[in-house]
This record gives sequence, structure tokens and C-alpha cells, in this order.
Amino acid sequence: MFIKEYFKDIYSAIRSLLVGMRRTGYYFTHHKEIITQQYPDNRLELNLPERFRGEVVMTHDEANEHACTGCSACELACPNGTIKIINKFDISPEGKKKKAIDTFVYHLELCTMCGLCVEACPTDAIKMANTFEHSVYTRGQLTKQLNKPDSKLRAGVE
Amino acid sequence: MVEEIGKTVEGDLVINVGPQHPATHGVLHLVITLNGETIKKVEPHLGYIHRSIEKMCESLSYRQFIYTTSRMDYLSAHINNHACALCVEKGLQIEVPERAQVIRVLMDELTRIASHELWWGAMAMDLGAFTPFFHAFRERETINDIMEETCGARLTMNYMVPGGVMADLHPNFQSRVKNFLQLYKRKIHEYDELVTGNIIFQNRMKGVGYLSPEDVISYGVTGPAGRGSGVSCDVRKLYPYEIYSKLQFDEVLETAGDSFARYMVRLREMQQSIRIVEQLIDNIPDGEYQAKTKAVLKLPKGEFYQRVETARGELGVYIVSEGGTTPYRIKFRSPGFSNLSALDHMTRGEKLGDLVASMGTLDLVIPDIDR
Repeated sequence: MFIKEYFKDIYSAIRSLLVGMRRTGYYFTHHKEIITQQYPDNRLELNLPERFRGEVVMTHDEANEHACTGCSACELACPNGTIKIINKFDISPEGKKKKAIDTFVYHLELCTMCGLCVEACPTDAIKMANTFEHSVYTRGQLTKQLNKPDSKLRAGVE
Repeated sequence: MVEEIGKTVEGDLVINVGPQHPATHGVLHLVITLNGETIKKVEPHLGYIHRSIEKMCESLSYRQFIYTTSRMDYLSAHINNHACALCVEKGLQIEVPERAQVIRVLMDELTRIASHELWWGAMAMDLGAFTPFFHAFRERETINDIMEETCGARLTMNYMVPGGVMADLHPNFQSRVKNFLQLYKRKIHEYDELVTGNIIFQNRMKGVGYLSPEDVISYGVTGPAGRGSGVSCDVRKLYPYEIYSKLQFDEVLETAGDSFARYMVRLREMQQSIRIVEQLIDNIPDGEYQAKTKAVLKLPKGEFYQRVETARGELGVYIVSEGGTTPYRIKFRSPGFSNLSALDHMTRGEKLGDLVASMGTLDLVIPDIDR
């Protein structure tokens, strides 16, 4: 009886190993099931979803106009102090002082891509871009100005 | 001669495992006292990845602090965020729309599957099998793609906000989840073929790292590690939150209490999560995905506690509010910390080679232990 059990154990042990090896052999001969992606060779075909949170950018239209009123809602919403908004005062044609954005400073090195600033923006001036390769040689390159030079507020955005 | 347990005597060997060691899955430092090859004592040293998340949260508002908890247990980041959002909602007494509740539970269960997949791959790798890791990642990548499309990130989703979820489901969500369910069902038998049935694996897991039900309770071990010893501790069943009380699923229990039992609990738990996803995926109600909340959230003065079941066990969020816009004190009861405390008891008297196997079945995530 003991010997019978002994050989039964050996049989089931060898069988379990062969079952595993058959699975490995299956993938060895079925190349279509391989799903490995060859990054960075496939950079051109990389298709990131629209909602992917890469970095904060400000959208500008063809007339170099943006929708940022300088309300600092994003600055308050940010948990890490990533955004700093510097405002200036424009003089309108009627001679009135009007608050406008001078510089939208964005520290990419502090950003955790949580998306709270985009949620907080009342005018949808900023959004998260799809870029994700952020490495640069010096830290200073990571501090960015998001509003383009000479850009101004789109008419009608309050 | 009666050996004094836990005391270093002459001839004992004290070795360090970690903090940089591939088997500890992070910066866990174990000081092990050995007598020959037998373990006399395991002393975990923490602090290598302490980021003072609890203290940081005290200076962040109730909307902002949720993102920090993604960095605790990064494999079930979504469930951590869920706990925080639930706790804030409890304080503000916000009614969460039903659609948001269903979305939350769906995402929770997908996260749980993804976390267990990674654990399964890493567990097999701890024992020296490298191939299962890639099999596990095939399914896990599918879930990560779903997360990326709807939430905007693969791991640190930050999809929960007090009152609901940040954005509505992506139009492709349902079809992609169904594709995943098909893929999973087609491939699930490979898990048993490759690892579970393997004789070498079974011999290394059965009877190793025994934890009795009494020890589980006294050490506060929760999650699959506790259920492997037959202790019922599923928060989803015992203290249901969101819509879990309306769902059909079983609490997975094994009674053996060894490493193999904990392994089987996790494998079977994945099946239960699949069951929950299948129930919900065709029945997502219409409506709002986020309740209307004030721009500035202020919790009333008092103390609030909420627990959820993460992939590793029970996570508790305890907020003390003084009535301001930021919490006065936040405490997280993380599952990994309590589970790690049982490691010494589990492995005493066993061989050094079994330490990694036993540790693997606890599914430790170090940033969760050391916040």
C-alpha cells in the first residue's frame, strides 16, 4: 500500500510539471499571443487616451488668445504649490483698470498630475496634455511659463 | 537544553535582509537572527520610505488630501481614495448619486483584481518562477488601460472626489471591461496549470508560515491573510459601505492557515471580484456622477471614521476636525502594518528559505506600512 502511494505521488508530481511545461511550450510556438510593446521604438504608434494626465498646458487659439482670467482658482486648488499666477493691470480703452494675467508659472518638477487644477478652472483655460517624457538636463528647464508671449484674454471670457 | 526564543546567544548569526532587496518588494529592512538555517527572530525595521503623509494632510484641504493616499498603497490606490472620500462625505452628510456609487464599486473591484494579479506574479517570482509574472501582467495591463482611459492615470488615479467621481465613465468603458472579462475567463486556467498545481510550489507553500485564528485576531491581521486562517474579516460583508449590501458575492474563507491557504484565498477572491463586476457592468444607472458640493468644504467639529476593504485588508481613515477647512489630525489604519507585525510569529522556527515565501503571502506594500 505504501509503495502504491509512493509511485502515485511521483506520477502526479511529474504530471504537474509537464502540465506547466506544456503551457510554456504553447507560448513558445504561438507568436501571435505575445503582447510585448517595444517602447521607445513604437513611439509613433503610441496612442494615449484623451484623458491621460501628462502635464498642464494652456490652450491658445490661432489668434494667440487664451481663456485665463487670472482668478488663481488653480493656484488655490493645487496641493503642492505647483502653480504661481502673477497678475498685472491692463488699462481698457475707457480708462478703467482691468486685472489680467502676466505670467502663469508652472513648476513641472513639483507636479503630481492629480488634475485638481483643471477641475477647479472656471473658464477651462488649462488642460492636461498627453506628453509624458519629461526628462531634461537641468532643473530650471522644468519651470515653465504657460501663457505664450504677447497672448491675451479671449474676448467674452469673464 | 531549552532554547530561549528571541534571545541572541553565542553562535547565532544576525543578518540583514534589505532595505535594498528584491524579495522584500520595497525598502523593508529585516534583521534576522539565525541558528544555523532556522529563524529565531525576525525584526522589521521601518522608516526608509517615511513621507509623513499624515502630517502633510493636516495642511491640505479636504479636496486636496485625497491624492496623497494614492501614494500609500499604490496597488490599490483607488480604494484608498475611496476610503477618504467616504470619510469626508460622512462628515458633510453628502448623498452620493447612485451612478457614482456603482462607478466607485466597479473601479474598486477592478483595482482589487489588478492588485491580486500583481501579487500572484510577484509571489511566484519570490519562489523563483519568472514566467508567471508576465502572464499576470498581461491581464493587469488590460485593467490599467481601462483605468487610464477613464481616470486619466494608470496607478495613482485620483478619480474620487468628495461627492462622487471626478469625471463620467468613458464611452468605451463597458466594452473594454467586457473584453477584459472574456480575456480573464479564457486565461484563468493557466494560473492553476502554471503555479497552483505545480508540485514544487505546493511543497514550498503547504504547512509553511502557519497562523492560527487566535494569532490573526491578536495581531490584527486582516484581509486575505486573515481569511486564510478562517477568520471572517471582510469589511464589505461585515460593515457594508456603498452598494455592497445589495451585491451577490461570497466571503472567501480557508481554514488551513498556512501560506497555501492565503494563496488560495486571493485566487478565489479574484473570481468573486469578477462576479461583482459582471453584476454591475450592464446595470450602471443613469444620472449624475457627482453630487453638488460647496466650493470650500468644511467638516463640522468632531471625529469621523470610515473603514473599507482594500486588496490587502482593512483600511481605516480617522479624521479629527476642528471645524476648519483642513483636518486637525488624520490617522490611517493601514492593513500592511498589522500584517507585517505577524511575520515574526509566523516564521519563528522555520527555515530561512521559507521566510520569503511566507512574506510573499502577506502581500506587503512597503509605502503602505511606512506612511
